[in-house]
Amino acid sequence: MALLEVSDLSVLFGRRGQREVRAVDGVSFTVDAGEVIGLVGESGCGKSVTSLAIMGLLRGPGVKIGGGANFDGTELLRMDERAMRDIRGRDIAMVFQDPLSSLNPVVPIGVQVVEVLARHRGMGGDEARKEAASLLDRVGIPDPNRRLKEYPHQLSGGMRQRALIAMAVACQPRLLIADEPTTALDVTIQAQILELLKDLVRESGTALIMITHDLGVVAGMCETINVLYAGKVVETALRKELFARPRHPYTVGLLASIPRLDAVRGEKLTPIRGSVRDLLPWAEGCAFAPRCDRRVEACLAGTPGFTGGGHEYRCLNPVPLGAVPVQETLEEVV
Amino acid sequence: MSILTPGKKIEKLDRLAELAAAHSDEGGESLWREAFKRVRRNPTAIAGAVVLALFVLVALIGPFFVPYSPTDTSANGVVVFSGRGIIPGPSADHWLGYDQQGRDEFSRIVVGARQTLLVGVVATLLGLVVGSLIGATAGAAYGLAGRWGRRLDNVLMRFVDMLLAMPSLLLAVSIAALLGASLTTVMIAVGVISVPIFARLLRGSMIAQASNDYVLAATALGIRRTRIALSHVLPNSLGPVMVQATLTLATAIIEAAALSFLGLGNPNSETPEWGVMLAQAQTYLDANIGLAIYPALGIIITALGFTLLGEAMREALDPKLRT
Repeated sequence: MALLEVSDLSVLFGRRGQREVRAVDGVSFTVDAGEVIGLVGESGCGKSVTSLAIMGLLRGPGVKIGGGANFDGTELLRMDERAMRDIRGRDIAMVFQDPLSSLNPVVPIGVQVVEVLARHRGMGGDEARKEAASLLDRVGIPDPNRRLKEYPHQLSGGMRQRALIAMAVACQPRLLIADEPTTALDVTIQAQILELLKDLVRESGTALIMITHDLGVVAGMCETINVLYAGKVVETALRKELFARPRHPYTVGLLASIPRLDAVRGEKLTPIRGSVRDLLPWAEGCAFAPRCDRRVEACLAGTPGFTGGGHEYRCLNPVPLGAVPVQETLEEVV
Repeated sequence: MSILTPGKKIEKLDRLAELAAAHSDEGGESLWREAFKRVRRNPTAIAGAVVLALFVLVALIGPFFVPYSPTDTSANGVVVFSGRGIIPGPSADHWLGYDQQGRDEFSRIVVGARQTLLVGVVATLLGLVVGSLIGATAGAAYGLAGRWGRRLDNVLMRFVDMLLAMPSLLLAVSIAALLGASLTTVMIAVGVISVPIFARLLRGSMIAQASNDYVLAATALGIRRTRIALSHVLPNSLGPVMVQATLTLATAIIEAAALSFLGLGNPNSETPEWGVMLAQAQTYLDANIGLAIYPALGIIITALGFTLLGEAMREALDPKLRT
């Protein structure tokens, strides 16, 4: 049975006097225990909102959440806040994009790590401090005892993200959600952090949802990849399958837009034209249609359904097989 | 005395709260270190700090070194009231001359400084503590506790706005009149009128902080809301409150002097207090105008010192004024 089963999740943001915004529109995917999956898409496609909705962090007037998110038999979306607080950090944890702003600037790292241990594992005093030090050590922070006393601004960007990861894995959660964990970091540090996440996940059997706009990031680590566009999953496939035979024009566009080392000098990058704002409401057709080169008449007649078994895509005129050069060595992209 | 309308007061406070929040992204302490550096380079701030240092020094240790007892009336005979009356002015022995009862004016001014500092500090602390309690509750409720929190915040803030809407001197006079004239009354009255300022400021600051990423990150780790409010949001929100406390010290001193002047302060005229001295000097303006000038100068210089330093600190926090 799947560890997390998200079914038909939708998130609506309403504001008095304005049209509701459908940030997430019927997203479904599953994560098995220990599995690593990727949610990929450009800014504004609903990746982060999906993760926040699963964590129960989207509350407040004007937010409407529909569908379900079943975590190991319990329905997260209908859970009350108090019970949800026990699950957060203990069973499901999250790593955010910007490590600097995600740490409290006026509280030493150690206090922030110990806080999590005290909350979910009932630790205190020396025991908690020792555990915190060993956590920092595990995520590759040298001299952990000194670092525990330091403030976030005294740490480098990579080290801050490591500290946040340490806090996230402090209680050995069964599911870790990493929301653009490397976007705010240098390229060299990015690779290290991805490596760290991969190792932690492999060692502890934690399932991981990797949220990113960068196909290169998911290429090296995710088993299944879901490509999101305008709040809907438009293509979902195993990693190798997706990179070898992408079918949705959007996925193909994303792949084509990755800068390559072996490209001819002076060759221009291939962007997807337009922006995510030029979209059609799904009810009126394919949201990607306004930006799509392969658009046909039928694209404007209602939401296209999923086709293809195992490798599913939401497109009426998919890119033919073999039209895209097969990317043999996926890690090369990283 | 502040002549700002309530609307302007609120606007000013919210701006200060916003400013400090906008900075906290830059890595906590660095905001303060940077602000401190800018304050140190600012000549007005230095002037204010020097004046304040002198004042505090005089207030703390001055009374031990005064040449005469401030209550000693044994030289009463030097004061002559025949026709126009004469109160001897400055001389080598009595630097500021005598007061109307033949006491040494210089000693009284020095000892009075202590009273002034005491009233200013106690009143500001009172306002700070009570205001912060209200502000922290409202801010935490609004920022972190959902619909009920917003309701609680609404109730608390309407009460605070009510206090803020009343002219502060009028409010202070009413309180002092209700409680009866004494030094404690002055402190309470001046403290109460600064309560809404601190409450409003801390609330705004906390609400601005509550939307920061580290609050979301802590929530995502399952940390409880009270803990987030107390150990994450509150420490990050105290900056503007500290700046305001410096400014409030200045107004507290002026307001306390005003209340004493109006006869709502310590009724025992034995204990020298600048406001009382100023009030009593009115009767003897033709005998020795200095009796009015010295305490007035004391009040003005002290308040100026606090204002200079406070404004410099506020400027140091404002990115628009950065050079």
